[in-house]
Amino acid sequence: MSTLQVSLYRYNPETDSAPYMEEFQVDTQGRDLMVLDVLHLVKEQDNGLAYRRSCREGVCGSDGMNMNGKNGLACITPLSEVVKNNKLTLRPLPGLPVIRDLVVDMGLFYKQYERIQPYLQNDTPAPAIERLQSPEDRDKLDGLYECILCACCSTSCPSFWWNPDKFVGPAGLLQAYRFLADSRDEATRERLEGLEDPFSVFRCRGIMNCVAVCPKGLNPTRAIGKIREMLLANAT
Amino acid sequence: MVTNITNFGRSGLSDWLVQRVSAIILALYTLFIVGYLLFHPGLDYAAWSGLFAQTWMRIFSLLAFVSLSAHAWVGLWTVTTDYLKPTGIRIATQTVIILAIFVFLVWGIQVLWGA
Repeated sequence: MSTLQVSLYRYNPETDSAPYMEEFQVDTQGRDLMVLDVLHLVKEQDNGLAYRRSCREGVCGSDGMNMNGKNGLACITPLSEVVKNNKLTLRPLPGLPVIRDLVVDMGLFYKQYERIQPYLQNDTPAPAIERLQSPEDRDKLDGLYECILCACCSTSCPSFWWNPDKFVGPAGLLQAYRFLADSRDEATRERLEGLEDPFSVFRCRGIMNCVAVCPKGLNPTRAIGKIREMLLANAT
Repeated sequence: MVTNITNFGRSGLSDWLVQRVSAIILALYTLFIVGYLLFHPGLDYAAWSGLFAQTWMRIFSLLAFVSLSAHAWVGLWTVTTDYLKPTGIRIATQTVIILAIFVFLVWGIQVLWGA
């Protein structure tokens, strides 16, 4: 029998005046479970526990949380990767309001995503079949379009913690560059004009927490650098 | 677009560029001063005063002072907008910072051309 010590952030606004940490003992039977599996085992002990999950295979981005101090997706993070001294501490994504237990209010995150207009803008009449792109232009979107909006990056970014209403955040900026880099998009100038203020892009200080935590291995810092280059080229 | 009226250049892009260009100027000035001190071990007042009596050195120094002022304002403005959330405290702090920068800059000019 192998028992894992699990420390969980608990908060139910209807009954608790403040959040607290609750300890659970989970029998993993010596298996290298995913953190999400451990949460299922905890829920068997206390079915009042709230967390988000859906696809349980790192595609939907629902179960982003802070595991032993590092953001990631619980469903694709094995215990062997995060557990130290047989102890696992789970907290909600930092910096966003907690709705209950591990469930956070993603409103500000989505608001910033919406602000960068994450859709193709093209006013020329559509051709009969489709807007074609050369293989080279298509290659420019690799490493940008794969984002699943789990918010692990933006909620690990101090600039987003301090100014979530003004700084777009790494997730939003990765998508901003995804459309700036798209050869079919015609709103490049308008997109850049909306980003040149001191907060939206430039509050990024390049500490690369976003790169360190991205469960899909994407690089928002590189995309932000590319946006800066485009802004500079456009304005000098 | 987030609007701001207290940052250095009214645009994040210009602040960013100013911060980088001023950093290069300050690095060059620092290297020059440190190098000068290393190559003049027995430095006396006359030699030091003679260095700053030359016009190019005064221009170089003034450039460094102006760079330092801009660099400090962009940097500290960022710190105040990150950490000081109540508007009154933030504006008061920004006012004290900009006044201090102004005083130090004018004082620096006086030191360079006053003697």
